[in-house]
Formats: sequence, structure tokens, C-alpha cells
Amino acid sequence: MTIVNYDPRLVKSKNPYPKGPNDWKRFFSFNTDAKVIGIQYIVTALFFLLIGGLLAMLIRGELITPPSDLFDPTVYNGLYTMHGTIMLFLFLFPILSGLTNLLVPPMIGAPDMAFPKLNALAFWLVPVFSIILLLSFFVPGGPASSGWWSYPPISIQNPLGKMINGEMLWIIAISLSGISSIIGAVNFVTTIIRMRAPGMGFFKMPIFIWTVLAAQLLQLLGLPALTGGAIMLFFDLTFGTSFFRIEGGGDPVLFQHFFWFYSHPAVYVMVLPVFGIFSELFPVYSRKPLFGYKFVAVASFGITILSLVVWVHHMFYTGTPMWMRNLFMFTTMLIAVPTGVKVFAWIATLWGGNIRLTTPMLFCLGGLFNFIFGGITGVMLATVPVDIHVGNTYFVVAHFHYIIFNTIAFGIFAAIYHWFPKFTGKMFYEGLGKVHFALTFIGATLNWLPLHWAGLLGMPRRVASYDPEFAIWNVLASIGAFILGVASIPFILNMVSSWVRGKSAPPNPWKAIGLEWLLPSPPPHENFEEDIPTVLNEPYCYGLDKPFVEDEQFYIEKSLKKH
Amino acid sequence: MNTKIRRIKKRGFSKTFIIIIAVILNITFSLLMGYWSYSWLPIQASEAAHYVDNLFAFETTIGTFIFLGCTGTMAWILVFNRAPKYDESNGEPLEGNLKLEIIWTIVPLLLVLGISTYSTSVNYKLENLGSKVKYDYGAEAPFIEEKKVFDYGPIDVISRQWNWEFVYPNGIHSSELHLPVDKKSNFRLITEDVIHSFYVPAFRLKQDIIPGSIITYSLTPTKKGVFRLRDAMFSGAYFSENQTNVIVESEEIFYKWIKETVKKELQNGLNPAGSLYQKRLRNGNRGWATVKPAPDPKVNDAGIESRPHDS
Repeated sequence: MTIVNYDPRLVKSKNPYPKGPNDWKRFFSFNTDAKVIGIQYIVTALFFLLIGGLLAMLIRGELITPPSDLFDPTVYNGLYTMHGTIMLFLFLFPILSGLTNLLVPPMIGAPDMAFPKLNALAFWLVPVFSIILLLSFFVPGGPASSGWWSYPPISIQNPLGKMINGEMLWIIAISLSGISSIIGAVNFVTTIIRMRAPGMGFFKMPIFIWTVLAAQLLQLLGLPALTGGAIMLFFDLTFGTSFFRIEGGGDPVLFQHFFWFYSHPAVYVMVLPVFGIFSELFPVYSRKPLFGYKFVAVASFGITILSLVVWVHHMFYTGTPMWMRNLFMFTTMLIAVPTGVKVFAWIATLWGGNIRLTTPMLFCLGGLFNFIFGGITGVMLATVPVDIHVGNTYFVVAHFHYIIFNTIAFGIFAAIYHWFPKFTGKMFYEGLGKVHFALTFIGATLNWLPLHWAGLLGMPRRVASYDPEFAIWNVLASIGAFILGVASIPFILNMVSSWVRGKSAPPNPWKAIGLEWLLPSPPPHENFEEDIPTVLNEPYCYGLDKPFVEDEQFYIEKSLKKH
Repeated sequence: MNTKIRRIKKRGFSKTFIIIIAVILNITFSLLMGYWSYSWLPIQASEAAHYVDNLFAFETTIGTFIFLGCTGTMAWILVFNRAPKYDESNGEPLEGNLKLEIIWTIVPLLLVLGISTYSTSVNYKLENLGSKVKYDYGAEAPFIEEKKVFDYGPIDVISRQWNWEFVYPNGIHSSELHLPVDKKSNFRLITEDVIHSFYVPAFRLKQDIIPGSIITYSLTPTKKGVFRLRDAMFSGAYFSENQTNVIVESEEIFYKWIKETVKKELQNGLNPAGSLYQKRLRNGNRGWATVKPAPDPKVNDAGIESRPHDS
């Protein structure tokens, strides 16, 4: 108990919403309660998952046949650009911020985030830039249609020559998203460093907290590059400057450096918390301690540091000199080492456990299965000669969907189910959850596994039409995409009906170890209020007979009383 | 411990025996996958292709071994370590194993070191990329003295939104890229507007073409036939139409083609985007904004749009 970072003065903040904490209207207000903000983020993000998913199905509708017959190719380009943008900036980042908001304060025993008002501001920027982005569908000329990379010169061609155009709104939305994420990151990092419960030294933090810290530090280090690049692109597009325009002596490749310096680490910003989720859930549902806790914790920072020096692997064929390609190939492959440490640790955690195949566990296992696959294709892509062939083909599309959907979104679904009882106070329907998992796993596999072959045969990504030899893989993928669309139905049904009329949840339905499970479901506004627990041991001591906090029984009884 | 495992143990099957069988099966299947992986790729039509395919097969083999090793273990766990209903007791409380953790840090490290050394050696064998020289906007692309000796070239590869044009050293213009087989040809990659990418899947080669820079590139086709050249860097509205054919011929036929084509008058070359854009205008110009496609290139050999391709 040498580390006491906790400042008790932080406990006493006024209830931010005057009409009492349980008024539903609080979800539509500038509420500063991290738990309200977390749910605001998650619900908003899930709404955009539906929009992004709808766009995906339109894309797959076009690609089910070789010719470009459903849309004009300009429309197709706008749709896929917006699909990628919405999924990344309006679904994945916000939903992870939401989970982080919900989980960080209770997991470390803090009453709220360090800067509650900044926290609310970070959230309320989301609807602002979302609306800007969606409005771009209705401006003359249509939305941005140069892909989510928005590489110049294609992104600054501005065919109609109008000042207000889809690309301009896109850049504004992305910059605001960047600002929102930077604000969020400052908040998360400060909260984790300053507001942990007494006794919770770094090596007693849950792995989810480790991964959030690693991911949010990465945001702080990387995001300024992208946001700066986006502002320069805005100037080139709107005011005719020439940062990236060759007419004025600029260089379009410079943008690619700004872009990937952040946007590759961005993948780790998203996947690290999901690694955290895996590390939280595998011990719970196999009833074993996390294997090699310290290795797993430190590996997160290994990933953070390495991910800052790999971005050129997106530019192996832009004319990058040989030495640089070899160097970045090596650094990229090194990431396999800390990642491998995690994967092996999870499997070792499962080994000899008492496995319970609940819905969250199924999503975790499915996510891990897919991640091993996506990680291996990732190493293939890192090797320069293979990347030169399959880079910018459907092999890459298949690979990154294996990571961002089949791993990250699986982890997110696992987390939503696992912590649903905690934060809504209601149990979900296990049967519907399993149907959701089965449809998602089948749909996702059918959607993205066949596309690897389309890419290996040389089908470029982002095409609206293709040669007939690629048809079979695309038909399978489209069927998979439509199954994924259907998979959203049991999920929505489950979430809405469980929240409205589900069975009340006990404080610790999964018999899990963790500070959040010592709280009532749902937790009171300031979590532990006056009685902040003192942490004695690292988490995940399943079967080790080590108490997690001092006077555990007191908290268990207190949580039941509230309930 | 699960009862099934105990039963297996009692029957005399030791854990090591099961592991040895599993590893042998895994190695066999992984080697098979590596062997099959060649069939997932297009025809090998350039000197680079077999190096790339060998590397890919090597990675497929190792990847399959790791994938099956991990997921096979997961499957084993799911079969034998499931908790019976209502059993909420704890599993074996293993907290870690330093030796194991060090092994699974070092082994992958050595593995990626091995793979990247192998790939680096392939890179040095290929060396397709020449120099990249910037030049002023609007100026003629400069001529670059190459240190290396090539059998043929340089051929100017001009990419546009959205057509390809090839200019041969004797001044002929073509919409399709004709190349002599087994000869190292040299290219100057030029774009007149945005970034494009010169990608021939059968060659396993891809190189972006950057505005304001001239990039020299070389490759040796090794198989006669017709192969697709696809723009692989998104270049706007009619990006997917920005394709043409690479026709690899024997040296004799190639030089005959050069001689005959030089006599031909300039005519409109392949420009599928142009005709699609005209169709769009006829239908009331619906759809979202696009820049106008570049005009039809003026070429001596107009090429055949629907020429059947081998890969």
C-alpha cells in the first residue's frame, strides 16, 4: 500500500443532473456523469453501426455482380468512403470511448473521470461532427469520395469548384473527431494515473486499464499528426495552398506520412482495449487467473511503442527506397512478438479452466480465433514482396476486416454483453445472444474469408466493377454481408427488450473479480462514494484464495443492500 | 482435471504421445497448405513471380502451423475443459510460467527475424524500383541516366484519369503494353493527374505513380500471354475501368509489332471511362461529382478492349 494516488476531495461533486439520477432525460443532456456519457457514446455509436452496415450492404449489393450496375461509380465511391469513415470515426472510436467511460472509473475505484466537463464536451462533439458528415450526403456533388485515406491530389480535385463540398465537410468532421479524441485521451490518461483506489499500484490494475492507458497515450502521440495533416489538406482544398499540390511545389506523398503516422497506430488504439476485454473475460469464464499477468500488461506498451514506427508499411510501393522498406518491414513484424505474448497468454488462461460458454465468452473466443487468422495475414502483408503483390487488393480489405470487425467488433460485443447487467441493472437473454453470435460468426466468416482469394488473384480494392473471374468470391462475400445485416436483429431485440423488461441483475452475476463487481448494478452515481476500497492483490486471483480488497465482505453486502 | 482426460491417461495414452501426433498432423497439413497456396495465385508471368510465390507459400506454411496450433489447442480446451452446468468452481489456479513466457517471446522473435531476413534477400533479388526524381509542374519529365543495363526501353507508361498510354523508344504510342518475353524492360512511370498504380497481378508487381515525380522501373516477363494491368491506387470515378492489357510476345513477334505499328496512323485508343462518361451525360448526368475523363489518347495501336486475358 505504498502507492496512494487517490485524492478524496474528488469524491464530492454535485449531482450533475438536478432531477435525480434516474431520469431518462439525462441521456439527452450535457451530463457529466461518466456512466451516462458512456451509454450516450455506446448508443450513438451503435446507431452509426447500423448506418455504416447499411452502406456496407449497398456496397456488397453492387459487388455481387461484376459490372457496375446498381449505382453510378461516383455514387459507389461516395458510399464506400462514407462506409469506412462512419465505421471508424462514428462507430468504433466512439463505442470504445463509451466502454472506456463506463469501465475506467469503477474498475479503478474512482467516483468519476478527472475532468467531467471535458468528458461531456468530448462526447457532444460526436453528434456535431456526425451531423456534419451526414449532411455531406446532401451537398451538391455528393459526399467525400476519395476513400477514408483521402489522399491528395484526388481528394483536392473538387470537380464542381464549390467552396462547400463533401470533401470539405469530411475534413471538418475528421478534425473535430480528432479534437474529441484528444480531449478524451487527456481525460482517460489523467484519470488512470491520478485516481486509482488506494493500493492499486500499476501492477495491480486490471489489464483493461493497462490497455486503455497504452491506447490513449498513443492517441496523444499520434493524433496531432493526422489532425495537422487534415488541416493542411483543408487549406489546400479550400484556400488553394500547396502543402500537397505539385503545382505549388508541394508533395502528395507527404500527406501519406501524416496520415499513416497516426492511422496505423489508430488500429492499435482500437484493438488494445479489445485485448484488454479479452484479458478481462477469459479469466472470468474459464475461472482461472490470467496467465502471465505482468507479461500481458507490459506487452501493451510494447505494442504502443512499436506501433509508432511502422507506418511506412502502407507505402511500400509509393517509391520508398529499399532500406526504408526493409526497416519498416522489420519493425512491423516485431509487433507480432508482444501480440503473440498476449495470444499465448490467453490460450494458456483457457487451458485447464472450467469453461462456461456464455454469450460474452463466445464472442471472445470467436474474436480470438479470428484475430489469430488476421494476425497471420498481417505478418504476410508486412513482408515487402508479398505486400507488393497483394497490397491495395481485396486481400488487404479481408485482412483489416478480420481485425476491425472480426476481432475488434467481436470484442466490443463481448464487452457489451459482459457488462450489460452491471450498467443497466438488467440481465440479457442468453438465447438471443447466442443466436446473435452464431449469425455474426457465420456472416463475418463468409463475408471476409473468401475475399482473401479475390485479392490473391489480383482484384484491386475500391473497385465498383471487376473482371468476371472474381465473381464467385464476391457472391459469397455478399451473402455473408447480408447475414451480418440479419444478425443485428437479435442483438437489437435483446438489448432493447432486456433493458426495458429484463430480469434484475445481481451485483456480480458472473462471479467475477474486479472492483466494478463489488458495486450494485447499476452502480450509484459516485461508484464507491465515501467507502473507497483498498486493493490488496492483483485482479484475476481465481482459485488462489487471495482477497482482492480489504474487507471484501463489507462491499459485497453493501452492493446487495443497494440492490 | 476433466474426467475424459483422466480416462485417456488411464488408457495409457500419455500427453506427449497426443502432442506428437497433433504436431505431425499439423506439420503435414501446413506443408500441404503451402503447396496448395501456389494455386491461389495467378499465372507466374514474370521473374519476380516465383520469388513472391515461394515466400507466400513459406508464410502460408508457417501461418497454418501457428493457426492450427493455437486454434487446435482452443478446440481441445472447448471439448475437454467445459464446465458442467451449474458448476462454478475454479480451474487450476496457474498464474504463469516464466520459462514458457520467455519461450513464447523468443521463438516468435526469431521467427519474424527469419522471415524478414528471407524477405529482404528477395527484395535485393528483385530490385524492380529504379530512381524517383521530382520535376517541376508542367515541365517535361526529365530523362534519367540509369546505371543498370536493360534489354529494352525505356517505355514511357503514362497514366491518366482514366486511361493508359505507352510510348516506345522509337516514338510509337500504344493503348496496350507489348513486351518481349524474357527481356528486362525498363519503364518511366508518369502520371498526368493523380496517383495511379501500375499493377500486373500475373507479374506480382505493383508500383505507384506519383504526380510531380518520375519513377523508373524494370521487370522481366517470363511467359507469353495476355495479362491484365490494373490501376491499383484509387483514382476517382472510373477507377475500376482504368485497366488495359499487357501482351507478352516472343522477341520476333514483338519487333515485328514495333515495325508494323510505326507505320500506322494515330487513332483514338482505349478509353472505356470516356464512353461511360458520355453515356452518363446522355442519361442526364445523374450521380455525384466527377472530373471529366481525359480525352481519348492518340495512339498508333488502339488495342482491343475485350481481348481475352490469361490472368
